[in-house]
Amino acid sequence: MTQQILIAVMVLGVIGAFFAVVLYFVAQKFKVVEDPLIDEVNEVLPGANCGGCGKAGCRAFAEACVAQGNMEGLRCAPGGEAVAAKIAELLGCAVEQGDPQVAVVRCNPSYCGDKRRSNYDGLTSCAFAATVYVGESGCAFGCLGCGDCVAACQFDAIHMNPATSTPEVDEDKCTACGACVKACPRRIIELRNKGRNNRRVFVCCINKEKGAAARKTCDNACIGCSKCEKVCPVSAITIADNLSYIDHTKCIACRKCVTECPTKAIHDVNFPTPAKKAEPKPAAAAPAAPAPQPQAEAVELKA
Amino acid sequence: MKTFKMGGVHPEENKISNDAVIEVMPVGTQMVVLMNQHLGAPATPIVQKGDKVKVGQLIGEAQTFMCANVHSPVSGTVVKVEPVKDAFGLMKLAVHIAVEGDEWMETIDRTPDIKRECTLEPAAVVAKLKEMGIVGLGGATFPAHIKYSVPEGKKAEYLIVNAAECEPYLTSDYRVMMEHAEEICIGISILRKALGVPNAYIGIESNKPQAIRKMQETARQFEGIIVEPLKVKYPQGAEKQLINAVTGRKVPSGKLPIDVGCVVSNVGTCFSVYEAIQKNKPLIENILTVTGKKLPSQHNYLVRIGTTFSEIVKHSIGELPATTSKVISGGTMMGKAIVNLDAPTVKGNASVLVMDEGEARRAPETACIRCGKCMNACPMGLEPYLFSALVNAGRTEEAQQNNILDCIECGCCFFSCPANKPLTDEIRLGKGRVRAMMAAKK
Repeated sequence: MTQQILIAVMVLGVIGAFFAVVLYFVAQKFKVVEDPLIDEVNEVLPGANCGGCGKAGCRAFAEACVAQGNMEGLRCAPGGEAVAAKIAELLGCAVEQGDPQVAVVRCNPSYCGDKRRSNYDGLTSCAFAATVYVGESGCAFGCLGCGDCVAACQFDAIHMNPATSTPEVDEDKCTACGACVKACPRRIIELRNKGRNNRRVFVCCINKEKGAAARKTCDNACIGCSKCEKVCPVSAITIADNLSYIDHTKCIACRKCVTECPTKAIHDVNFPTPAKKAEPKPAAAAPAAPAPQPQAEAVELKA
Repeated sequence: MKTFKMGGVHPEENKISNDAVIEVMPVGTQMVVLMNQHLGAPATPIVQKGDKVKVGQLIGEAQTFMCANVHSPVSGTVVKVEPVKDAFGLMKLAVHIAVEGDEWMETIDRTPDIKRECTLEPAAVVAKLKEMGIVGLGGATFPAHIKYSVPEGKKAEYLIVNAAECEPYLTSDYRVMMEHAEEICIGISILRKALGVPNAYIGIESNKPQAIRKMQETARQFEGIIVEPLKVKYPQGAEKQLINAVTGRKVPSGKLPIDVGCVVSNVGTCFSVYEAIQKNKPLIENILTVTGKKLPSQHNYLVRIGTTFSEIVKHSIGELPATTSKVISGGTMMGKAIVNLDAPTVKGNASVLVMDEGEARRAPETACIRCGKCMNACPMGLEPYLFSALVNAGRTEEAQQNNILDCIECGCCFFSCPANKPLTDEIRLGKGRVRAMMAAKK
């Protein structure tokens, strides 16, 4: 009896020892060396897998960070500066200082509403509507209003305004991941620097038609008159294809172009409203139509 | 009676403009001729501001493979060459011509005599079709010279002429058959010889008994033209369905009709082939139905391309009824809504169909109840409800695996859906995504 037990134990013991040796060598041969730092960086990331960084997900971003050893050219938009600082600390490098950005809808919502030229009754999809016709506003460059950007946003930061049929960005929630930029078939949405105190100036139109034709479709279209280009003190404005564009990295938000624009195509957001105006602006939403600001205040802000 | 095997629906026929004889639409004061009159790349304008042009003069040249020539429909002076908004509001390059008189090119035979003999070689016929800018008038405006150049290693066995006119409301093909039967048969004979096929079949839906009789009588005088009455079922006139109905053959997924030895041509195209080959007349006119239940009168017009829709409306019925809600170019199943009535007509336009509020609106969409009606209706044997789910979930690859690209966008699934789901729209969106995905992979 004891002998049988002994044989069994020995047989199992020998088999066990044999496979232990085999497994040891196999493990040595096929060892995957992974930097434990990747896990640490991955822990810090928001984990939204939004793809805003251009990588397949947060894990891929962490791998790229560790492989590179610094954060040059890598940016996690939803995480922002706080996450960037933590990753930099883990990697032991300097923080890449990028200006925080926000999605900006460059179609003027003051036009649409009751001035629709047609009524769309088809599938609620901008990508589809863009293949069928010009859009309810009659502008071949304008917002189609079916909300592909809203569906694409993972952070609940963009919503349709039913009054204007154009989307509005919630600046507090927007992480500048760029999903809406890719979703828009008309390429209306752009990522722009948030600017100091969230104050921004931008051309709220992408119509490249000649002045007269653009004006015919929309009261607030950019007609490429280059008045803004002339008045800009820092040469931040360029005109190409009958369309003005403000370089957000150069703009100092002096708002001279805003007052100069004859069609009110240039919008300024988050600037304080003059006291005499009775209606206060809603905090987060972009204003429907900016009233021309007194010149004195503009100078004061610039200083 | 012959018909295609799978699916199909029977929408209300509404052929109310059947008895309206083809009238000639007078030429306006200014014509706008789009360079994009066909499937493929736009033609390149070869005239400049200030140039004098005659009727039938080449003004847009086909410089790429998938393209067709464009000719001036009027005589006069070129005012400008500038983009203009087309019927869907999108900017398209066009030649604007101020009309002066009605001076035709000397080469065009304008006598009413019917010319039967054609001695041209097949290659010469194809070259002439290209020169005359002939495109398929069945809806897709496919350049005819490409269709009739049979690729090497393939052989055409059947020429099938589509005279089914299965779309509701449209009557232009019917009127052409009633009034130009002999010319059509000559056109068919020319194409038959060019392709080297023994027989040509004219498929006509049996709701047009007079047209069937007329074509049968005329075809008797010609060799190798057989009239084939077809069951009234939409989409009887769709290329692949027509092949199936007439020959019993099935075009495999991703293949073209020529792969099963068939070439399909619209009856209107055959008429313009006759005019191009025998009369040297380029494609500068087409026949357009002006119809609608609420219109005071119904019309069929011979319209020069470049006439605006608003001119057609003004000449035919004065103005649109106050209840008008939608104007469609094409039939109710596959036609497209026009958002800009000031746009010029192009070669492929078959109708101006006016609808009032009740007819035009889509019913509100509800949830899919998995009844499978869309599958029964699909003439291609696809599963529209599945595509709807896949497209909405963004699963493009799976949609491709389920042959979404085989969809012919006939609209049978949407027509039959009790939940009013915009299935055809969703499939078209999905097809666009699949094509983009395939292009990105290349």
